Amino acid sequence: MIKDVQMNEPITGQVRAMNPKKFAMWLIIVSIVMLFISLSSAYIVQQSDVNWPTIEFPRMFVYSSVVIVLSSVTMHWAYIAAKRNNIKENRVALVLTTILAAGFIWAQYTAWDILTNVQDVNFRGGHAAESFIYVLTGLHIFHLLTGVTFLLIMLVASFQYKVHSRSMVKMEMCTTYWHFLGGLWLYLFLFLELNN
Amino acid sequence: MSITDIQLEENLAHHDDHHDDHHEQSFISKYIFSTDHKMIAKQFLITGIMWAVIGGGLSIIFRLQLGFPGADLSWLKPILGEWIDAEGSIDPEFYLALVTMHGTIMVFFVLTAGLSGTFSNFLIPLQIGARDMASGFMNMLSYWMFFLSSAIMFISLFLETGPAAGGWTVYPPLSILSDAIQGSGGGMTLWLVSMVFFIASTLLGGINYIATVINMRTKGMSFSRLPLTVWAFFITAVIGLLSFPVLVAAALLLVFDRSFGTSFYLSEIFIGGEALPNIGGSPILYQHLFWFLGHPEVYIVILPALGITSEIIATNSRKPIFGYRAMIGSMLAIAFLSFIVWAHHMFVSGLNPFLGSIFMFLTLIIAVPSAVKAFNYITTLWRGNIVFTPAMLFSIGLVSFFISGGLTGIFLGNSALDINLHDTYFVVAHFHLVMGSASFFGLMAGVYHWFPKMFGRMMDKTMGYIHFWLTFVGVYLVFFPLHYIGIAGFPRRYYAFTNFDAFSTFGDLNTFVSIAAIVTFAAQFLFLFNFFNSIFRGRKAPENPWNSNTLEWTTPRNPGHGNWPGPIPTVYRWAYDYSKPGSDSDFIPQHIPLSQTPESNFPHEEELAKSEVISEDNGAHESH
Repeated sequence: MIKDVQMNEPITGQVRAMNPKKFAMWLIIVSIVMLFISLSSAYIVQQSDVNWPTIEFPRMFVYSSVVIVLSSVTMHWAYIAAKRNNIKENRVALVLTTILAAGFIWAQYTAWDILTNVQDVNFRGGHAAESFIYVLTGLHIFHLLTGVTFLLIMLVASFQYKVHSRSMVKMEMCTTYWHFLGGLWLYLFLFLELNN
Repeated sequence: MSITDIQLEENLAHHDDHHDDHHEQSFISKYIFSTDHKMIAKQFLITGIMWAVIGGGLSIIFRLQLGFPGADLSWLKPILGEWIDAEGSIDPEFYLALVTMHGTIMVFFVLTAGLSGTFSNFLIPLQIGARDMASGFMNMLSYWMFFLSSAIMFISLFLETGPAAGGWTVYPPLSILSDAIQGSGGGMTLWLVSMVFFIASTLLGGINYIATVINMRTKGMSFSRLPLTVWAFFITAVIGLLSFPVLVAAALLLVFDRSFGTSFYLSEIFIGGEALPNIGGSPILYQHLFWFLGHPEVYIVILPALGITSEIIATNSRKPIFGYRAMIGSMLAIAFLSFIVWAHHMFVSGLNPFLGSIFMFLTLIIAVPSAVKAFNYITTLWRGNIVFTPAMLFSIGLVSFFISGGLTGIFLGNSALDINLHDTYFVVAHFHLVMGSASFFGLMAGVYHWFPKMFGRMMDKTMGYIHFWLTFVGVYLVFFPLHYIGIAGFPRRYYAFTNFDAFSTFGDLNTFVSIAAIVTFAAQFLFLFNFFNSIFRGRKAPENPWNSNTLEWTTPRNPGHGNWPGPIPTVYRWAYDYSKPGSDSDFIPQHIPLSQTPESNFPHEEELAKSEVISEDNGAHESH
């Protein structure tokens, strides 16, 4: 980090490693990661402490995983299209991503419905193990909604011809965030499955 | 978004050319919803000062109870109303609320938001040579989230059931069950809501600080040339970014337990012989989550103060800071260690003793980087041409508190001794010196030192000296006796000790502490007068009143939006060229090229000077 080399470097140009906003997006992601790390470790600590019931997860979680992976693919398509100034494709891909996002939210909702009404796994009044599932998935949905908001902003921008190869900062940020949210879900799903 | 944001995405040179013709801002966009980092810093400062008065005032009320148990306090009725009963004594539950709110306000609202919010905002762009923060809009949002959080916490003081009363750590199950204590009702709910906004504010601010330091330094401002203040703010922001989300997790589960009937922290609770339905939770889980934030939080509080002190001590000793790299290294070490010592707050919570010894070991290691810092401050002072400005006195005071309070940390970090000392006034004395008073002195030092740049006027020196001596002596008179009281076994947060004969011999000492506290608190009004009076009537400040090296002193007396009227100065050297051998002047600011100071260059600098590229537009505002 701090080396003599740096001190002796000739002074050239402004020190700007990255667009500050893109950088801030990464920092936001770090803080979200910390939130989920702390909840996961809370889960593990709690599990080792008390009697922990095993819970069968509905198949719906598998379907929603597929949907969110697909949405990442279409998101990337939108990104590449924007980079190539293919505005029409960009719009189509963004619309598809939004539809898939809605599909994911619907799938999660259905999964909760199955958990509560079929399997009698409850957020309120149940064992902490049961509540944890809702907290983890619910917090993910909450962050996903912020992602969807970002997606809608990009969609509007795209229809206003504001997304193209020379104006990619927000598009890149949105893509990064969306991939992160997808990865986060896959992590949570695996975490819950493996710790069951 | 704001003007700055748009400008950032444009070519910077383009921005520079058109800088002078900026439009007049309206009152609202200049003073209220401002995106200018300097105005936001002042907003944080003044809100922080208001909170300090409230937080300090609360402590005076409970010190009255502790120093004069049974005294007739009915004269406080106009302020406290029903909380003073017919005999004129404070309601015991309200006493707990006072202690809780004092802690919450001081730790979060004064020493986190008031300190980091003020000085990170004010100094980062000015010292790294940036026109503003990475995102002015996010910065504005950060302040207004803090304001909202402040408003909610303030309102909670006036609830009929009182504010939160479960201690500033709000441990469950006490904080969950409103059957246990009144304060766990509406007061606790507002506490949690307020903290949500507070955390959002801190994260927004912190993300901005990090992004700005990493991406927006001026030409030549490498990390190895950053002033230690900026290093400290940067590391503080990183700690905050990593630890506050954990508090979100802790608070979220607490909210669910309180309001939605989950049982993350509750299990096997009986109220009046009736079992609660909650199963599968554990209150210890909360302690783990809370202290994973809570311990880094104390470094979030102290590191900015240490950074400010480094800068002020070097400037006013007219000497380079001793061990610049060691200072950075020790701050990084403290930051790293702060994340792996949290369980020393939980030695007596039933923690596995083996685990306790690991946490004890890690905790004691923190003494090493802390000692390095204390050593470097003293060696910087050693044989310096010390200029005793009020800021310098407060900085030296900080070093004193940091050492005397830090020493007791070694006692408390010891898991065996902690069995005896935990939850006594010894702990109270320890953290009030090392974290409370030291950070508060850092805050004061910063205000005295940068006031000329903030408001363009000087504060009154004499009043500053009186304020310093009253506060410095006062702090020791308040907190030193508390060590004895703690060793004698007084538990903290107790309403009264009059029922225990063993404690009666310490009654006088408690009275003494209370009187010292009242005098110390009263002395702060001298500062308040000096501060607000000087904003309007102070002597006009020169551009660089302390002959300091950092870039903020190259700006005009009242830096406008964008900080430098001309181009941003380029940096050619580190910030600590004070009393450099060979130089006529005892300071060489960072924007003076090495090639202009051949008389004082070291051999390796002479080499550097040859390859130096001098930008034409440098010399924004020569103050040298």
